[in-house]
Amino acid sequence: MTNLDQTPLLSVEALNKSFGRQAACRDVSFELWPGEVLGIVGESGSGKSTLLNAIAGRLSVDSGKVLYRTGGNDIIDLAAASEAQRRHLMRTEWGFVQQHARDGLRMTFSAGANIGERLMALGQKHYGSLRDTALDWLQAVEIAPDRIDDLPRTFSGGMQQRLQIARNLVTRPRIVLMDEPTGGLDVSVQARLLDLIRRLVQEHNVACIVVTHDLGVARLLAHRLMVMRRGQVVEAGLTDQLLDDPQHAYTQLLVSSVLSV
Amino acid sequence: MSDKTDMIKVENLDKTFTLHLRGGIALPVLRNTGFSVASGECVTLHGPSGAGKSTLLRSIYGNYRPQSGRILIRHDGEMVDIVHAQPRVVLEIRKRTLGYVTQFLRVIPRVPTLDIVAEPLLARGAGLDASRARAAELLTRLQIAEKMWDLPPATFSGGEQQRINIARGFCADYPILLLDEPTASLDEANRKIVINLIDDARRRGTAIVAIVHDADTRAAITTRLLPLQSQGVAA
Amino acid sequence: MSVQQNYRTGATLAGYNFAFLDEQTKRMLRRAILKAVAIPGYQVPFGSREMPLPYGWGTGGMQVTAAVIGSKDVLKVIDQGADDTTNAVSIRRFFVRMTNVATTEKTRAATLIQTRHRVPEIPLSEGQILVYQVPIPEPLRWLEPRETETRKMHALSEYGVMHVKLYEDIAQHGHISTAYDYPVVVNGRYLMRCSPIPKFDTPKLNMNPALQLFGAGREKRIYAVPPYTEVKPLDFEDHPFEVERWPESCALCGAGDSFLDEVILDDKGSRMFVCSDTDYCGERREAGHTGRMSAPYKAEAAE
Repeated sequence: MTNLDQTPLLSVEALNKSFGRQAACRDVSFELWPGEVLGIVGESGSGKSTLLNAIAGRLSVDSGKVLYRTGGNDIIDLAAASEAQRRHLMRTEWGFVQQHARDGLRMTFSAGANIGERLMALGQKHYGSLRDTALDWLQAVEIAPDRIDDLPRTFSGGMQQRLQIARNLVTRPRIVLMDEPTGGLDVSVQARLLDLIRRLVQEHNVACIVVTHDLGVARLLAHRLMVMRRGQVVEAGLTDQLLDDPQHAYTQLLVSSVLSV
Repeated sequence: MSDKTDMIKVENLDKTFTLHLRGGIALPVLRNTGFSVASGECVTLHGPSGAGKSTLLRSIYGNYRPQSGRILIRHDGEMVDIVHAQPRVVLEIRKRTLGYVTQFLRVIPRVPTLDIVAEPLLARGAGLDASRARAAELLTRLQIAEKMWDLPPATFSGGEQQRINIARGFCADYPILLLDEPTASLDEANRKIVINLIDDARRRGTAIVAIVHDADTRAAITTRLLPLQSQGVAA
Repeated sequence: MSVQQNYRTGATLAGYNFAFLDEQTKRMLRRAILKAVAIPGYQVPFGSREMPLPYGWGTGGMQVTAAVIGSKDVLKVIDQGADDTTNAVSIRRFFVRMTNVATTEKTRAATLIQTRHRVPEIPLSEGQILVYQVPIPEPLRWLEPRETETRKMHALSEYGVMHVKLYEDIAQHGHISTAYDYPVVVNGRYLMRCSPIPKFDTPKLNMNPALQLFGAGREKRIYAVPPYTEVKPLDFEDHPFEVERWPESCALCGAGDSFLDEVILDDKGSRMFVCSDTDYCGERREAGHTGRMSAPYKAEAAE
C-alpha cells in the first residue's frame, strides 16, 4: 500500500507480566500504527489494565519489548528505557486518560492549571499564552470558558473526563492510552464523551489504545480490537470483524452477552 | 469479461460458522464459491434465504472471515486479497475502494446527518466544503428535507435512515459498491431514485454486487444474476 | 585514629562536649554539610539527633550550628529578625553554655548567624555563615505527597508542577500571592525552599558572599547555598518575580527599605510599623535616623 506508513508507531513484542504465580499478561504482541485506535476488550481481571500500565511503563514487565518510534524517528524500547526518558515521553508524546478523573487530574488546582501543567513542565513560562491555550482547549472539549478558574471537583463526571482529555492532548501526543474512559458515566454523558474522543482522535491523528469492557464503546471508537482472557490475547482483528463474526469461543460469549451492540 | 477490468475476484471461498456456545456445531454456509465482477457490472446475488448471500457480501467487505479461499479486490490498480490483508489495509481499501450500503444505519451519537453523509468523502481527503456540497446534493436527490440535515438521524424514520445510508454509500464514488437490500423499506418514488443512482454509478464504471429481494428493482439494476444455493455453489 | 579534642573546653558546662554534640555526630553533620555545599540546593539526609529543645524550635539549625561552630566564632541568633525573642535568646544561651563563644547582636560583627524566618537587612560578607532553621525542606511537599515521587522529580528536574502552583496564584488572586517561603531554583538545578523567610528576603539569597546552610531537624535534611551562587525565584515572563512594597516606613528609624512588622498599640486600632530586623533598626537610629514615632535611642530596651 503506497500511502501507508511502513513502520508502526508502537510494537509490543512477547510481553509477559506476572504477579507472583498469577500471569497477568502472557506473550502479548501487537502493533499500533499512527492514527489507529486499538481497543482492548475482555472482562475484569483479564489483564487489560495490566497491559495498558505495562505499556505506559507504570509497571515493570518480566520480559518482552515495547518498541516506540519517537517523533524524532528513533526506536526506543520503553521496557528498557531510562526512567527519565520514559517520564519525559509520557508527558509529551504520550497521554494517559484514567478511568477515574481524580487519578488523572489535580483536583486542588483549577481547570486552567490542569490543562497548562504539561506545557509548564516543558518550560512554557508565559501566563497569558498558557491561559489562551487553556481557553482553546476548554472550548475543544466543550467546557464553558468561564469555568477556567474553577476546581475540577465542581465539575460533573463527564466534564472532569473531558478536562482530563484536554490536559493530555495539550502537548499534541502521538499516543494516548485510555483506561475505561467512559466507565461510571451516565449513558447520555458517555455518548457525548465518545463523540468527542472520536472527533479529537481524528482531528489530531492521534493513535489510541482504549481499554474497555463495553463492546459498544469499542465498536464506536476502535478500528481494531484485541480480546483478552486470562492474560492472553485470544482473538484480534478489525472491530467489525470481531464483533460481527467472532471466531473464538470466548469472543462469541462476550458478544452474545451484550444486550445490543 | 476480460481479466483487465475485473474488480472483484472470489476464489474457492469456504465459510463455516462454528457456534461455540452451542456445543461447537458447525454451519457451513459457503463452499468453494467463486466468481468475478468487472467494472460497469451489477451482479445480483440470488437464492433462498440461508443460501449465504449476506455472508458472501460481508466476506467481500472483509466483515466476515472465511476459512479458506481468496477475495481479490482491485485497489490502486493491484489485486489485494482482503481475506488475508492486514486490518489497516482492509480499512484503507474500505476508505478508497469499497463502499457498503446496508439497510441499517449505524447512528453515531450527536453527528448531524449532513456530516454522516459527507464523512466517507472527507476521509478520502476531499475538503470539508466539497464533501458537504456533495452530501447535500445526494440528500436533495434522495428527498431528505434540508431542515433535517443539521440533526443527528437517531430519531428519523426507518425509510429516512435508509436513504441517509444510501447517500453516505454513494457520496465517495467508490470503484466498488456492495448493496445489501438498498431499497428494502422505501416507497415507490424513492425506490426509483435509488435505482437511478445505482444505474448512474454502474454506467460510470462502478462494479456493483447487490442483494435485492424485490423482483422489479432486481430486474431494473441487474446486469448479471448469480444464483446461490444452500451451502452456496456458484454458477 | 582517635578523636582529637581541639577546643578550649574549660568554660563550658561540665560533662558536655564542646557544642553539645559528640565529635562523631559533628563529623556526620559536616559530611552532610560538605555534600550539601557540593550540590547546591540538594537535600542531604542526615541522622538528626535529639536536642534539648522540642522539634520545631530550630533543632535542625542548632545541629548545623553545632557542627560548624568553633571557639573563635562570634554568634548571632535571630528569630523573625529580632535578637531578643524567646527562641533566639534560648538558643544563644544554649550555645554560650555549650561553647563559651562570644555573641553579638551586630550582623557585621557575627561570623555565624542562626536565623529563623529572616535574612538580616545588612548585607552579609565573605566568611560569614548564615544558618536557617527549616521546618519543611521539601518544596514539592504540598504538590506531591509521596517522598519517593518528589525525590524522582528532583532527580529528573521535573518542576513543572511548581509553576502550576504559581499559575494558580495568579488565576485566583491576579498576582503571585506566595508571600513567604518562595520557591527558588539554586544554581540552575535544584528547586529549593528558602525556609519561611518573607518573599522580601528571597533576592538576598542570590549571589550572597556568605555561606548559607539550611537545617531541618524533624525532617532530617540539610541543604546549602554556597557563596556567590545563583538563586532564582520561579516566575512567569509576564508576571515576573517582585518583592512587596508598602507605603509605610519604620516608625523608629524611618527606614523605607526594610521589612516591617506591624505592631498594634491599643484596642482602638492604632498601630505602628517597625523594622523586623532589630539590629538594622538600632544601627540606623544610632546613626541619627528617626521615624514618625522615634523615641530617644538609649531609652529603647527589650520588652
